[in-house]
Amino acid sequence: MELNGNVPEGDLKNLWEKHKFNMKLVNPANRRKFKAIVVGSGLAGSSAAASLAEMGYNVDCFCIQDSPRRAHSIAAQGGINSSKSYPNDGDSVHRLFYDTVKGGDYRAREANVHRLAEVSGNIIDQCVAQGVPFAREYSGYLANRSFGGAQVSRTFYAKGQTGQQLLLGAYSALSRQIKSGQVTMHTRSEMLDLVMVDGKAKGIITRNLLNGAIERHAADVVILCTGGYGNVFYLSTNAMGSNVTAAWRAHKRGAYFANPCYTQIHPTCIPVHGENQSKLTLMSESLRNDGRVWVPRKKEDVAAIRQGTKTAKDIADADRYYYLEERYPAFGNLVPRDVASRGAKLECDNGLGVNDTGEAVFLDFSVAIERDGYEAIKAKYGNLFDMYQCITADSPYDVPMKIYPAIHYTMGGLWVDYNLMSNLDGLFVLGEANFSDHGANRLGASALMQGLSDGYFVAPHTVSNYLASNKQEAVSTDMPEFEAAENEVNETSQRLLDINGKQSVDDFHKRLGKMMWQHCGMARNEAGLGKLITDVADLRKEFWTDVSVVGEKGDLNITLEKAGRVADFLELGELMARDALARKESCGGHFREESQTDDNEAKRDDENFQHVAAWGFKGVDNEPERHTEALDFKHCIPSQRSYK
Amino acid sequence: MSSQGKLLNLTLKIWRQKSRTEKGYIETHEMSGISTEISFLEMLDTLNDQLERAGSAPIVFDHDCREGICGMCSLYINGQPHGPAKATTTCQLHMREFKDGETVFIEPWRSSAFPVVRDLMVDRSSFDRIIQSGGYTSIKTGSAPDAHATPIPKEDADLAMDAATCIGCGACVAACKNASASLFTSAKISQLALLPQGQVERTDRALNMVAQMDEEGFGHCTNESECEAACPKEISVENIARMNREYLRASVVSRK
Repeated sequence: MELNGNVPEGDLKNLWEKHKFNMKLVNPANRRKFKAIVVGSGLAGSSAAASLAEMGYNVDCFCIQDSPRRAHSIAAQGGINSSKSYPNDGDSVHRLFYDTVKGGDYRAREANVHRLAEVSGNIIDQCVAQGVPFAREYSGYLANRSFGGAQVSRTFYAKGQTGQQLLLGAYSALSRQIKSGQVTMHTRSEMLDLVMVDGKAKGIITRNLLNGAIERHAADVVILCTGGYGNVFYLSTNAMGSNVTAAWRAHKRGAYFANPCYTQIHPTCIPVHGENQSKLTLMSESLRNDGRVWVPRKKEDVAAIRQGTKTAKDIADADRYYYLEERYPAFGNLVPRDVASRGAKLECDNGLGVNDTGEAVFLDFSVAIERDGYEAIKAKYGNLFDMYQCITADSPYDVPMKIYPAIHYTMGGLWVDYNLMSNLDGLFVLGEANFSDHGANRLGASALMQGLSDGYFVAPHTVSNYLASNKQEAVSTDMPEFEAAENEVNETSQRLLDINGKQSVDDFHKRLGKMMWQHCGMARNEAGLGKLITDVADLRKEFWTDVSVVGEKGDLNITLEKAGRVADFLELGELMARDALARKESCGGHFREESQTDDNEAKRDDENFQHVAAWGFKGVDNEPERHTEALDFKHCIPSQRSYK
Repeated sequence: MSSQGKLLNLTLKIWRQKSRTEKGYIETHEMSGISTEISFLEMLDTLNDQLERAGSAPIVFDHDCREGICGMCSLYINGQPHGPAKATTTCQLHMREFKDGETVFIEPWRSSAFPVVRDLMVDRSSFDRIIQSGGYTSIKTGSAPDAHATPIPKEDADLAMDAATCIGCGACVAACKNASASLFTSAKISQLALLPQGQVERTDRALNMVAQMDEEGFGHCTNESECEAACPKEISVENIARMNREYLRASVVSRK
């Protein structure tokens, strides 16, 4: 089935303005009659909940943490892009739009990305007005830097804690609305199902994580802002609690899941050290501005380093293989994320990895320290070097860092139209939880922009339009739909508790993660993906017969929480593999080995795959249905990338 | 194959408490073969894995990002909030900080304003209520002036940033013998008092946030500076001095 993105007709430049004018409004006095449920309290969730509440709607906001301030948006480091062109270096709405569409490898909707670029300036204004302490020049004006290989300086930042400051800004706006009573905040609450009434999203079922109570909540619209699903890989840079459950349960109620195979791999993470590891830590990509990536040329040097008889310093320059500089002289160490990531994997697969596990390459600052001096490097990267030393006990001032790629951000998510509404009436999806805007985006400092754009500047208008143009029938949590959904949630929990198997929830999660990383990680091929589909299905069967979940349903139960999330990852994993298998092209965060140029670069197939793939759920063990939405490029003409 | 580092044997003395109202007790667990490369929370994961395999309830503790920024992890470790390493959250504390054969005491934050939920998990919603009482600027969405319209001296912006770095973990309260929330509250009051955007609500903010802090049952500051010493983000007690000045000023100029 061909999906319609509902992009309004007209000139791209005025599209959003015109659409805003054409959309219906809700009279200020009538807004108090409506209620919105916002699930998630990160950049998208906090900003959406605060904005809608401020307009006069009643908002119920939910998060799984003890406070909305803990959402994982808080961990973003680098910065947020905006087309303000304060440095007067030629940036514009059009250039940011163009770079983002190109960076997304022509797999995003032009109209959505253009709107994102348009409102990006307002985001900075909004955050500054909230008191977000962005970096300043001595003049008192805002400082900018270039990020992720962009040729203009359009990134605003607050030290290495931009995500934290933006989230705290949105959290403070949300806090103001909580105090006023316009937002009812439900912390330590997990959404376990979506309730549909007469084909419209009208509520959710949640589990109170403190006492296990199952609760029903009804509203006129449901807005999911629940982040990405990178934890399907078990080891990732995501927070431990990040999960796909809310989005996945909505998918099982009919919401299409789009482009699940698009996963961003970050090249500069601290390598895996062992089986007990719980997560991977990202080192900011800015390090590649001064760090040189290399591995030893000779296997005997690799062996000596692993045995500890030689250190990096003992390897002569001629015996070091600066593979990125040699292969991509024009970009060198600054090649895009997925190119750098694949490069590291390739050298490690060739047996040149420099740590015990064979999965690490050097990121070496010795030349930069010699050239610019210790103090200059300390001023630039001091906090990152300290963080690295805290985790590994090595000082990057003395020895090169060891790095390896890791899963960072997911660009797939629930399908939404131009209004950010899913194919389910009344279900909106914002931020990383939707598939929109980025496509296979590989650009830094874009994710924060999308979360806040959706929450502050898009959803408040489109949700109002939805409420004004559709008659909202009264709903109550006594309705049979709510009871049925609650019963299903209870049955699933009881089923998990009754298995009484031998393996722990983490055992299954780790096994799933390894399978996903092996066959649906940095590179994918037909045989591997075919095997993955079967293996994940088998693992899922094993999970439902042999998992051990201790404790009770009606109680605080961290094992049961994890079990429900892993059960969903076990279904999502298979869908990711199916999506990757069907997309027989390489594209952004999806590198299909069968589709590469003679130089081993990603090769798109615009003729056959210039579309969004959105999957409909047909039952756990049935093949899902693939729908497509054709993408039309009028302003950015697709071109093949080359970093040579 | 993996990078194990050294392997430690440890005795853990861990606080268990079923609920806010039930009495807590110390439970002892012997751990062996703990790699010095893993983090403190990964060590607890390992223990929980063993407990679950034995059919026992895992030890409940708060954690999330494991990158030292979300502020969710807590714990007194050998009597110190977030353990022995300076300027480090529990999730960033690594086992190489411990010695083979050591006995490690692990307890939840102790403060009546942070009631125990279960085991090592406490309720820190009092911090949220302090922010709700005035830790924001009342700007409406979509109507903000251009960001460049208000220049801010770099020194002010940097100081505001230093204060804004607070992650709201509660170590300051845990470290204080009075269980005072002054460092947390003053960080937000400082951040907004230093910036032009925060001026309009400056008086009410100082009065309301301090009043809320008292209402939540936090103690008063007696300038021990234990909070600064324990803070994983090295928030300075200079902020408390600024909060006190803001409060004094507000008390004089407020017409309420």
